This record gives sequence, structure tokens and C-alpha cells, in this order.
Amino acid sequence: MTLEEWMPLFALMISLVASLVIFALPEKGYVRRTSVNLGAALLKLVVVVVMVWGVFHGVNYGVSFTMVPGVTFVLKADALSMLFAGLSAVLWLLTTIYAVGYLEDSPNRRRFFGFFSLCVASTMGIALAGNLFTFFLFYEMLTLSTYPLVVHRGTAKALRAGRTYLIYTLTGGAVLLFAIAWLHSMAGDLPFRDGGHFVGADPDIHGSLILIFILLMAGLGVKAALFPLHGWLPQAMVAPAPVSALLHAVAVVKAGAFGIVRVVYDIYGVEASSALGLLEPLSWLAAFTILYASTRALWQADLKRRLAFSTISQVSYIILGIALVGPLAAIGGLVHLLHQGIMKITLFFCAGNYAETLGIHRIDEMDGAGQRMPGTSLAFTIGAFGMIGAPPLAGFITKWVMGSGALAVDMDWVILVLVGSSLLNAAYFLPIVHRLWFREVKGSWPEERHWGRLETSPWLLWPPLLTAVATVVVGVLASLPFSPLSWAELIVLRESSP
Amino acid sequence: MTLWLMAGLLFTPLAWAVLTLLTDFVWGRRVTWVGILVQVVVSLGLWLTVAQNGGFYYDLGGWGAPLGIELRVDGLAVTFVLLTAAVASACGLHAGVYIDQHKSWHRYFWPLFWFLWSGLNAVWLGGDLFNLYVGLELISLSAVGLVALGGKANALRASIRYLLAALLGSLAYLLGVALIYGQFGTLSIAGVVLWLDNHSAPAGPGLALALMITGLALKTALFPLHRWLPPAHGIAKSPVSALLSALVVKASFYIAARLWLAFGESLGSLAAAQLVGLLGSAAVVWGSWLACKQVQLKQVVAYSSVAQIGYLFLLFPLTYSVSEPISLQAQQGITLQVISHALAKAAMFLAVGNLILSVGSNRVDALAGVSRFLPFSLFSFGLAGVSLMSLPPSGGFAAKWLLLQASLGSGQWWWALVLLAGGLLSAAYLFRIYRASFAENPETDRFYHPSKSLEVIPMVLAVMALALGFVSEQVLSVMALPFEEEGAP
Repeated sequence: MTLEEWMPLFALMISLVASLVIFALPEKGYVRRTSVNLGAALLKLVVVVVMVWGVFHGVNYGVSFTMVPGVTFVLKADALSMLFAGLSAVLWLLTTIYAVGYLEDSPNRRRFFGFFSLCVASTMGIALAGNLFTFFLFYEMLTLSTYPLVVHRGTAKALRAGRTYLIYTLTGGAVLLFAIAWLHSMAGDLPFRDGGHFVGADPDIHGSLILIFILLMAGLGVKAALFPLHGWLPQAMVAPAPVSALLHAVAVVKAGAFGIVRVVYDIYGVEASSALGLLEPLSWLAAFTILYASTRALWQADLKRRLAFSTISQVSYIILGIALVGPLAAIGGLVHLLHQGIMKITLFFCAGNYAETLGIHRIDEMDGAGQRMPGTSLAFTIGAFGMIGAPPLAGFITKWVMGSGALAVDMDWVILVLVGSSLLNAAYFLPIVHRLWFREVKGSWPEERHWGRLETSPWLLWPPLLTAVATVVVGVLASLPFSPLSWAELIVLRESSP
Repeated sequence: MTLWLMAGLLFTPLAWAVLTLLTDFVWGRRVTWVGILVQVVVSLGLWLTVAQNGGFYYDLGGWGAPLGIELRVDGLAVTFVLLTAAVASACGLHAGVYIDQHKSWHRYFWPLFWFLWSGLNAVWLGGDLFNLYVGLELISLSAVGLVALGGKANALRASIRYLLAALLGSLAYLLGVALIYGQFGTLSIAGVVLWLDNHSAPAGPGLALALMITGLALKTALFPLHRWLPPAHGIAKSPVSALLSALVVKASFYIAARLWLAFGESLGSLAAAQLVGLLGSAAVVWGSWLACKQVQLKQVVAYSSVAQIGYLFLLFPLTYSVSEPISLQAQQGITLQVISHALAKAAMFLAVGNLILSVGSNRVDALAGVSRFLPFSLFSFGLAGVSLMSLPPSGGFAAKWLLLQASLGSGQWWWALVLLAGGLLSAAYLFRIYRASFAENPETDRFYHPSKSLEVIPMVLAVMALALGFVSEQVLSVMALPFEEEGAP
């Protein structure tokens, strides 16, 4: 095997091996476990950076073998894979740092980090999967490896949330499997290919294609939290903060959104799916989810629940972007895959910091927290303004590009959705920001802990500050090569000229 | 070479059965270790021979059919021989540590174990209906004996019930065999097929086929004839339950499948095929539902066997009057299901046995908080569960994928729905157990870690079940090998 074949396997194996090593280490081996965790995360980042460089210069990384008669297991790196793989590699490193600090002195850390690494290995597999079969393999592995994380606390509430999570995701998985098997029995083993497979498909199979598409969207929509399949997400909030951060920013919801992008672009093809009349209803559904979830977010008193509804709304931007057919809108959607990840992980890190340091869970307890925790609150404010879409932050780039894309294809109603959603975002984020900075502290904090001179543990403080800086940087430097925006442009360019 | 392999394969289990009759438990264990080594080497050797040169017919002792015993050594048979070697040796090794050596009657475990093994090999390789019957009886009787080893009154009750079911099944099968002999004048499967190729199918033997398959379905515990299985499998010692669920029920199914594939097209009917499929689906749903309701850990696993056996019977509708490639897909899928279920279920029963040792109770809710200790057996249980839920990348998933393809390809989409629903239901009863282990309960702070040798064995089996998903292509390619020479009819 050549190096080009080994690279994707390396990327996958690093976290898998890390997971096995962590399970083998004793519970009390803090130092060794942390070194394995950070070492693996750094190593993977290096591998992914090398692959990003390679893919940019047209190197084909890939490996495949027959797994079951008639289907192959394919790992392949294209521009779209690297978008997701890059996101996962960067945020894994930060989340690991954060989680080490967050779980200090709590029980069951070996179990936590073992499954955590397994979960990241699954996202890598999802990113690098070269056909739907392989994608499904890792998609289900993700479900299994996140369950222990969701129920980590072992309380009745956590177990209930875990049960809801499983019912939704496993049922979604079964629907997805049915759709994939049907597609396979009709058209054979389809690799992901720029431009898709069904341009000018036989009119006889149009009916089946439409039905399969609906099933695929239903299966993937569960993880992407498309309305009305979003019910599990707010409940899964009981998980520890690093898990919520990972679930929302990288792993689960993104896996669903990424799958939808794959199906539309590399299986059906944008032209074919739009010719079948499939994308317009999808764009309506996405637009509705954006507005609906933002409205629901307004009424949430719990900080993490409000963020959860915000996630539901923001992930649908990605789907809306690709459902609008035009290249510019697609760039907006794809770039949001990354932008939303960076901004949302910032917000969740901050929410975790408030809970760990001051015992704050509810929004009405946050008055004056900016004075006690300026660093965290600054990061939170940047993240919130990014979500609202204030220039020049990451969220602004998304909305701007997507808006121009919608105008370019004469879908003016999308502008209304974008404006409406931005107003709603402002309506549920600005009150929090106001409380943080401009209100007086009400008595004492629910549960305060002290870390000497710093506002909180440095393990907890640095990750949100870094992602907040990234939120600014990817917005300001959007036009440089290798920025998320330029990379999304590269993807769309390659997709449209196979 | 082949002579030595065949002799080793067929006669060591019998010889060891006699040998261990004469020893006590501890010596029986030592003798068995040697026997296991011999069997593993011989099975592997035979498998490699067939994988290289293709299958062959083997006349035992140089006497050909119809007087002597003719064995059919093809890719499928040697694959199952190898599977038996893997699972039985795992159970044997586990039992040597797990079973209490101080109870005097436990020494009978070894002879029964070896009789069971010889019966299994006889069934995989048998080429005519009567030899298959003899093998089947050997299996049933030793299995009943193994269940009764539990020693308590309820174990005896369960084994008597099992004995009655097994005898009834044998009777029905034997009646069918007699009818076949009356019609065709031969007991060789190949001989009957040859006859059917040259003549138009007569009406009578349809009944014979139905009788044989009903009898075998009773022995395989197909819904609604499954009621004997959960008590027997649930009450037996864990290594015994593992043997029963993994291998014993597969033997009778194997015969039913071979009969169906040989005669089904000419003697069966569409309605019969669909009916068997329907019963299989009912088993999947009903077995899983009951598994969700069980309070005792081993009963959950036992009812799961009822459900998983249901999948196997989808073979009947998926191979009846469909095109050659679809039928092949279905056969491959079922074969993978047999193998992966055998490995996963054996792993699961052995792991459950260890967990029961650890927490000192057989109840599901006794597992509360256990995952805090990260019991190795819970991992093995989880990995085996992945295969049982037919989630990727396990052998169970590969099987499900092929069956989905076969049912969609033949236009019988309703079986695809059964497969998907079955997967979800199995997730329901298995996650109930994981869920219990994650609950935080301040009271459980005692946890006993069983010896390493007990813990490693189920893990090896579970990893094999998982790895089967990656190598299923290679495993299936051995089964597809052509025969080196045609046997006598």
C-alpha cells in the first residue's frame, strides 16, 4: 500500500487506537490518559493538515476493499471530506483540553474519554467515507459511541434523555439503511462522485428516486435535527458540557447535515435533484426549521436549552444553503458547517464555564457575570454576535454569501428568512449579553468555586477564548486561501466541474 | 492427508467422550484440553484443504453409498465445522473454569460435551437423511443431559420439557424420512435430487417435506414451537446455554435449509414458503417483545435467541422461485447470520455468566452502576450486542445487508421491513441492559472481577463476530467453491 492509501486509515486509526489505549489504562492514570488524549489529538491534526494540503494540490487519498459481496468499503479524501475532517480535528483538540479541565475530580473519566475518542473516530470515518455504505457504517458507530456520553451522569434524567436519543437516532438509522439498500438494489454500489449519478436518469425510476430521497432525508434529518425530527436534541442537554459542545458543533448534528450534503451533491447531483423537484420542498423545510427553532429558543429559560434550539435553527442554514441550487448559496451553506461549529462550541464552552465556576444554569442567574468572569463573557459575547450575524464575524460571512446566492437564483423570500432569523437571534442572545455586562450581581452565585487569580481553571478558559478569536479571524480573513470560505468555494468549484 | 483429517474429525470426539467418562472433573478437563487442540487443528486443516482444492464426497471406511456412509465435504460444511471448533472450544475452556468441580455429577459435563461435538460434525457433513437423523439424535440427547446438569428441580423440569420437544421433532422428521424412502427408494439427498431432475414431481413427498421441516422447526424453536427454548437455555449453566444457542439449534436448521434448497423448488409451494417466512417474522417480533419483558438477565438472552432464529427462516421465501443471484444472496446472508449469531450469542451467554458471577445476581436491575467498574465482560457483551442488533461493522450487519438486498431484489419488500423492525427491537432489549449498567446507584460498591481466563474467552468470540463483517467476502468465497468430483447418487 502506498502512503496515499495509508493516510485516510491513519486519520481514522489515531482516535480508534487512542480509545483502546484509554480503556486499557487504569482509572487513576490521569497523566498518562491526558497525554494519550492530547498526543492523539495533535497527531491527528497534523495528519489532517497534511491531507488538506495534499487535496488542495490534487493528490488522491483513498483506500477500498470489498466488504460484503457487492459492496465496497471506501475511504476517500476530497475537498468536502476535508472540510468536515478539518473541523473535527481542530475542535477535537480544543474539546479534549476543555474536557480534561471540566471533568477534573469527577468519576468515570476512563469510560468518558474512551467513548469520546471513539466518537471522534466515527466523525473521521463519516468525513472520509467514499460511498453511502461506508458512511452508514460510521454514522451508526457514532450513535453507539455517543450514547454512553449522553448518559454519562447516570441520573434518571440523563438515562431518560439517552433513551429518547436512541429511539430517534436508531429509528432514523433504520430508515436510512432501508433507503440505502433500496438505492443499492436499484443502481448498484454508488461512490460519492462530484456531480452525482442521476443526471438524465431514466424517467421510469423517477418515482423510486423521489421516494428514496425522502427516506434518505428522513433518516439523515434525525441527526441534523430537521423539524419535526429535532425532539431529541434539547433533551440531550443533560450531558456534560464538553459532550454538548461536541454533539452540537462537530459530531452528531453535523454528521446529519454532512450526509444531506453528500446525498444532494455526490449521489443525486444538484442538477438531478433539482430537476426531480426535490430541493424546493427541502429549502422550505429548512427555512421553516430556522424560524421555528429560533422562536422556540426565545422561551427557554435554561441557557443550554436555549443554545440547543439555536443549534437546530443554525444547522438548517447548511441545508438551506445547498437546497437553493445556486453555487453562491451552496458556498454559504458549506461554510456554515464550519462557522456554526466554531461559534457554537464557543457558546457551549462558556455555558459550561458558568455552570462549573458559578453554578449558573438559568439565564436569569447570569446578571453581572461579566464582571466576575470577563474572559468567558467576552468569548460568549463574540459567539453570540457571530450567531446574530454582525459583521465582520463568521456568521455575517455566511448570511451575506447565502443572501447574495438566494438573490442570484431569484429566491427573494430567503432574504426574509435570513433577516427574520437574525432578528430572532438578536432577540434571544442580546438579553443574555445585556445581563452579563450591564446588570448588577444579585446577591451571591449559586455555587462558586475559586481558582486563585484566574476567573476559572485555565483548561476551561483557553478553549473558548481561542474559538472566539477564530470566530473573528475566519470572518476578517475570509478571502485568504485555506480560510473556510475559500475552501467552500473550492468545493463548489470542483463539484460543478467534475 | 484427507484420511487423517477426516478420521481425526469424526473419531476424536467419540473417543474423548468415552475417555472422559472414566475420569473425574479435573482430569476430564485436562483430557479435554488435548482433545480441543486436536479438533481445532483438524478442523482448520480440513477447512484449508477444501479452501484450496474444493469440496469432495468422502466414503467412510471406503464403503460407498448406499451401503456405507457417504459424507459431503463441501465449503459450507467445513465452514460450519470450523465454526463449531471455535465456539465449542471456547465453551469448553470457559466451562473448565466456570463449572464448580466439587459437585460430583458435574464430571458428566465432559462426555456429554464430546458427544455433542461429534453429533454436530456428523450433521454438518452428513449426506443422507438417516445419518443426519442419527447425528441429530446424538445432539439432542446430549443437549438434554447438559441442561439437566443444572441439578435443581427447575433445571430437571426444563430438560424434560426439552426432551419431549426434541423427541416429538425427531418423530416427525423420521416419519418424513420414511415417506421419502418409500417414494424414492433412496435416503441420499443427492439421489433424491437426481430422481426429481429426471421425473416430474409426485404429490406425496410434499407432505414428507412438510413433516421433516416441521419436526426440524420444532427442534430449532421456530415460533410458535419455541416455548421449550427459553427455560432450557435460561436455566442451563452459561457455557451450556452458549453451546445450545450457538450451535445446537443451528444443526436442525441446517438440515431444514439443506432439504429446502435441495427439494423446495420441486416439492414446496409458494404459500408454504411465505408461511414459513411469516412464522419467522412473528418469531422476530414476539421473541424480541418477550425479551424486553424479562427480569432475569439470561432469560433476555434466551428470548433473544428465539428472535434471532426467526431471521433464519426468511431463507424459505427468499429462495423460492427467485432468480439465481437473488437466491445466492439470500443463502449467503443466512449463512452469515448463522455464523455471526453463533459467535455473538456464545460470547453473550459467556459474558452474562461472568457478569452474574460478578454481581452475584441474575437480575437485570442488579447491574445498576456496574459500568463504573468497567467490567471487561460488559464490553464483550456490548460488542456481541452490536452484532446481534445487526449494526455495522459486524457480521450481523453484513448478513442483514445481504438479506435486505435479496428481499428488495426479489420484490418481497415486506421482509425488509421485518429485518429493520427486528434490528430496532433487539436494540430495545439490549439497551435496557446497558442502560441499567449506566444508572448511578450509591449502594452498589461491591464488584468481583472474575479470573482473566473467564473474561478473555467471550471477548475473543465477540471480536470474531465483529471482524466477520470485514472478512465476510472471504468467508463466503470458500462456500462458493465447486466440488472436485461428483459423488455417487
